[in-house]
Amino acid sequence: MNGWLGQVSALLWKDLLTELRTRELLGGMALFAFLVLLTFNFAFDLRIDNVGSVAPGILWVAFSFAGILGLGRSFVQEKDRGAMDGLLVAPVDRAAIYLAKFLGNLFFMLVVEAIALPVFTMFFNFGIATPALALVIFLGTAGFAAVGTLFAAMAANTRARDVMLPLLVFPICVPVIIASVAATSLVIDGGTLTNHLGWLEMLAAFDLIFGILCFVVFEFVVEE
Amino acid sequence: MVAVAKPSAPSATHWAVETAELTRRYGTARALNRLDLTIPWDQRLAILGPNGAGKTTLLRIVATLVRPTSGQITVGGLALPGQAAAVRRHIGLVSHQTFLYEELTARENLLFYGRLYRVANPRERADLLLERVGLTERADDRVRTFSRGLQQRLALARAVVHDPSILLLDEPDTGLDVAGLDLLSRLAVDESGRRRTVLLTTHDLQRAIALSDRVVVLANGVVILDRAAERVDTVMLDRAIRGESFAGKETS
Repeated sequence: MNGWLGQVSALLWKDLLTELRTRELLGGMALFAFLVLLTFNFAFDLRIDNVGSVAPGILWVAFSFAGILGLGRSFVQEKDRGAMDGLLVAPVDRAAIYLAKFLGNLFFMLVVEAIALPVFTMFFNFGIATPALALVIFLGTAGFAAVGTLFAAMAANTRARDVMLPLLVFPICVPVIIASVAATSLVIDGGTLTNHLGWLEMLAAFDLIFGILCFVVFEFVVEE
Repeated sequence: MVAVAKPSAPSATHWAVETAELTRRYGTARALNRLDLTIPWDQRLAILGPNGAGKTTLLRIVATLVRPTSGQITVGGLALPGQAAAVRRHIGLVSHQTFLYEELTARENLLFYGRLYRVANPRERADLLLERVGLTERADDRVRTFSRGLQQRLALARAVVHDPSILLLDEPDTGLDVAGLDLLSRLAVDESGRRRTVLLTTHDLQRAIALSDRVVVLANGVVILDRAAERVDTVMLDRAIRGESFAGKETS
């Protein structure tokens, strides 16, 4: 594999290997998700009659806040050590850089969510892991990571990048978070797949539209 | 000999680098001001000048990292910024920063860049370059354990991982010891003995004369001195950089 996909895999390999050795990103994100869930555990009295309306919000606050933490770090390595110029001076399609970063961010977020779900079950004594929920989480996380990867590259060039990133990402990701919370609520309430279809379609459409859009415009964000 | 997936060289009928009225502004400041410069293939050009003269801006434009505000520039006959993607295959850049990943080993860094440049046998190429820069024994050590000088050696290897025909060295002597400095001149020649075209910026005037065929002094984005390296000395260059004796452009 020595073509475009080879470049994507090289970029992804570099990010995963670096994370495997430092555990800076996953450690911070997982701990943050844990702390959010712990805080909500004390803040809310979760009962059978209100679980459907409260639990999805708790989960997606934990997922999105932990996610934004990871996204904020995704280009810092390149920026702080000047390695972004090393990538830009190489004959690498900018879209390949975007795709590798997106896949890395998606992977890290999914890993943290896989850790956070059992923690949620433990704290709230309420098991919700189902294939339907896995699909909702995947689609919601993909949309969030697609938009977040683009804005993380943009925010990395600003001085107040830690402040800028959530301000840029959350307004755009409002539809994906609303759809994810609503679909998660339906899954918890035990609805059939056809009940969720509207929200799932909305999530899939968001992922597709914003995924393609971010893939195309990434070049203009990183080029001068 | 390690096979490198080297793209066909740019047309030899063109200059390696040619600029015409090249201008780059940052706000109201002009880093380059209608710069006209031609650099033949295989030439080693030292670009000198005081801070803010436009040396780094010129190298970054050639490296496709900065776009000119106006004027024309071609690299190997390929116009920038339009044909930047094609130009990138032919240039290697060593900058103030190493572009290395500290958590990867020396070999992994070269392997990574080799794959980005689509080098045919990146592992063999990495091993060959590690040997050339004297880092074979440290190949599997993480870069964060390297001194600045060793990192700079590895950065030199990174810059030639794809065997570029044009090498851009922006103050590459940072942290290098005597043996490391010797590498600079050795890496200006590829494995087959062919000279690379080199654009070098440095504040070390002796080194500039020793490493180059031609010396250009920039001030406020224009060329104020342009001579063969054997026709200059450090006193002359120092005075030119201070703006003491060259009111106008002097060329050999």
